[in-house]
Amino acid sequence: MARRLNIGAVRSSFAPWADPAAVPLARFEGVTKRFGDAVAVAGVSLDIYEREFFALLGPSGCGKTTLMRLLAGFETPDAGRVLLGGQDLAGVPPHRRPVNMMFQSYALFPHLNVFDNVAFGLRQDAMPKAEIRARVEEMLEMVQMASLARRRPDQLSGGQRQRVALARAIARRPRMLLLDEPMAALDKKLREETQFELKELQARLGLTFLIVTHDQEEAMTVADRIAVMRDGAIEQVATPAEIYEAPASRYVADFLGDVNLFEARVDRVEPGAAQVRLASAECPAGFTALDDDAPAPATQVWLAVRPEKMTIALEPPPPGTPNVLEGQVWDIGYTGDWTTYLVDLAEDRTIRVARANASRLVDRPIGREDKVWVSFAPDAGVVLTR
Amino acid sequence: MRRGPSWFNIASVGLGLAFLYLPIVLLVAYSFNAGRLVTVWSGFSTRWYAALIEDEEMRDAAWITLRVGLISASAATVLGTLAAVGLVRGGLFRGRLLFAGMIYAPLVMPEVIMGLSLLLLFVALGQARGFWTLTAAHTTFTLCYVAVVVQARLVDFDRSLEEAAQDLGCPPWRTFLTVTLPNIAPAVAAGWMLAFTLSLDDLVVASFTSGPGATTLPMRIYSQVRLGVSPEINAVCTLLIGAVALGVALWGLVGRARTRAPV
Ligand SMILES: Nc1ncnc2c1ncn2[C@@H]1O[C@H](COP(=O)(O)OP(=O)(O)O)[C@@H](O)[C@H]1O
Ligand SMILES: [Mg+2]
Repeated sequence: MARRLNIGAVRSSFAPWADPAAVPLARFEGVTKRFGDAVAVAGVSLDIYEREFFALLGPSGCGKTTLMRLLAGFETPDAGRVLLGGQDLAGVPPHRRPVNMMFQSYALFPHLNVFDNVAFGLRQDAMPKAEIRARVEEMLEMVQMASLARRRPDQLSGGQRQRVALARAIARRPRMLLLDEPMAALDKKLREETQFELKELQARLGLTFLIVTHDQEEAMTVADRIAVMRDGAIEQVATPAEIYEAPASRYVADFLGDVNLFEARVDRVEPGAAQVRLASAECPAGFTALDDDAPAPATQVWLAVRPEKMTIALEPPPPGTPNVLEGQVWDIGYTGDWTTYLVDLAEDRTIRVARANASRLVDRPIGREDKVWVSFAPDAGVVLTR
Repeated sequence: MRRGPSWFNIASVGLGLAFLYLPIVLLVAYSFNAGRLVTVWSGFSTRWYAALIEDEEMRDAAWITLRVGLISASAATVLGTLAAVGLVRGGLFRGRLLFAGMIYAPLVMPEVIMGLSLLLLFVALGQARGFWTLTAAHTTFTLCYVAVVVQARLVDFDRSLEEAAQDLGCPPWRTFLTVTLPNIAPAVAAGWMLAFTLSLDDLVVASFTSGPGATTLPMRIYSQVRLGVSPEINAVCTLLIGAVALGVALWGLVGRARTRAPV
């Protein structure tokens, strides 16, 4: 009986993606989009569920915006289908799609004031005037912009514009709200505040959010699930904890946070203990890692270990300790909550080890040039095949 | 230290301006001459303006010019704006380059050729020349100027505003009316003003395409001058200069508003 491993420190009761009977709200089926010779989106299949906060994460130019615009109707797929609530969206123009988008540039109408900007979408349907007024006031109240309703967009700060754009996009109560880098133009502090506000708002309104971002911290903070994109294709779709603790590839491991990668080869698999032994030139004794789905012996793999999951010491650990590496401290970065040590294992081979500064006083501080022993537990490393 | 302009600079600018504006100043001044002779000053008077009001032919010509200007400028504004939208928003449709070239060609085409070709067209169509052929001709050539002015504004215009409108449930045609048009309105107005001014002072195209009963002010002036200049002509020219100056000033004002308009 193989042992199942629990991943991450977060337990959530909301997981419709794990339910095989659940019907996705939005679905991409093998969607491809080309611009001339360049492939912006390459065969993407993706399910997004009702009430989910879903993030598309990837570096600039990897096709995130294009994927979102395919759902909003501003691009048409060259291959594949985009479905919303089970209905194929092909041929449905943007103004008939029950999704609303918050543009990266905010795209507020410069000739209309804040009130009329928010009311714009409501006036498109034959909604009674009094009802429009009430809804707009409610929206502006919600984003704390009620006192500036008569201002023009060019009389607002970046943060205020962002709020108006958000209010305008949710005023119509779309089935799905698309946010394209909604916080890219805000400064760090405001961005962090806004992230939590956005999350709170999403939970309160019970809406489905699809957010595009290139900021991994932002995606981890707000999203229920993250899709990591690379060159138009999806690398991995999973919860933030899974993405971080069980990345599917070296690319994902490296894109989210720091990681040390060791090239290795599978030596021996112990399915009962969900354990695998790896042979590596970097560690003569070999590595031990926990893995409930290890590849066959002799497979070329990489062992990925996060810096904070390693321990660093000035003395060698007791004999029999697995995963021990010897090295010399080359540089130290102190950021208050963490200390990061750059440790040279060999010529041209440096790893990162991070230590939480859990106590103010340290018996034997580690300095530059010190000889150190780095070790990590078998459950710290992830075996990657690509 | 920076020196001010030298006497040479001042003199050359002064001469240049004099060369440009002295004739106009003389013309305006002599329109207030009391005497009949155009070159001898014999006191201030507004009698020629009074004579002008009495002159039915001049009044008719002015009225026709005004009507042609208003109608052709309005038609050219609608068509020119649509052409600009087609050029900027149409993407890379087949023959786009040809279309753009055909829009811009009349800007550099000699007016004589333009007038002549329109004349041949009207003759070939068996269309009697008059007010409407003149209006159509003016619409044709002022349209290009409107298209150029509006296109310049559309290129700067943020496309995502239109997308945002459609995203919020606004169909494309209504998006054009409620989002695009208000934002390019200064350029459209400037285009209208330009078209109106061009129509107002056109002589060449009008000579080819107009017919009996549709003599414009520039045509009337030109034909009278051939019989000799009278101070009455000076008066009507002064009024025309005033009208054109007003048009250009308004165009400039609107253009200023355009650059200040938020993007
Ligand atoms: N309208 C377009 N025309 C041509 N190429 C485009 C267009 N839109 C996007 N692209 C290209 O597609 C790729 C993906 O773009 P995009 O989806 O905007 O990336 P991201 O949002 O992840 O930064 C980029 O290489 C970009 O240059
Ligand atoms: Mg983008």
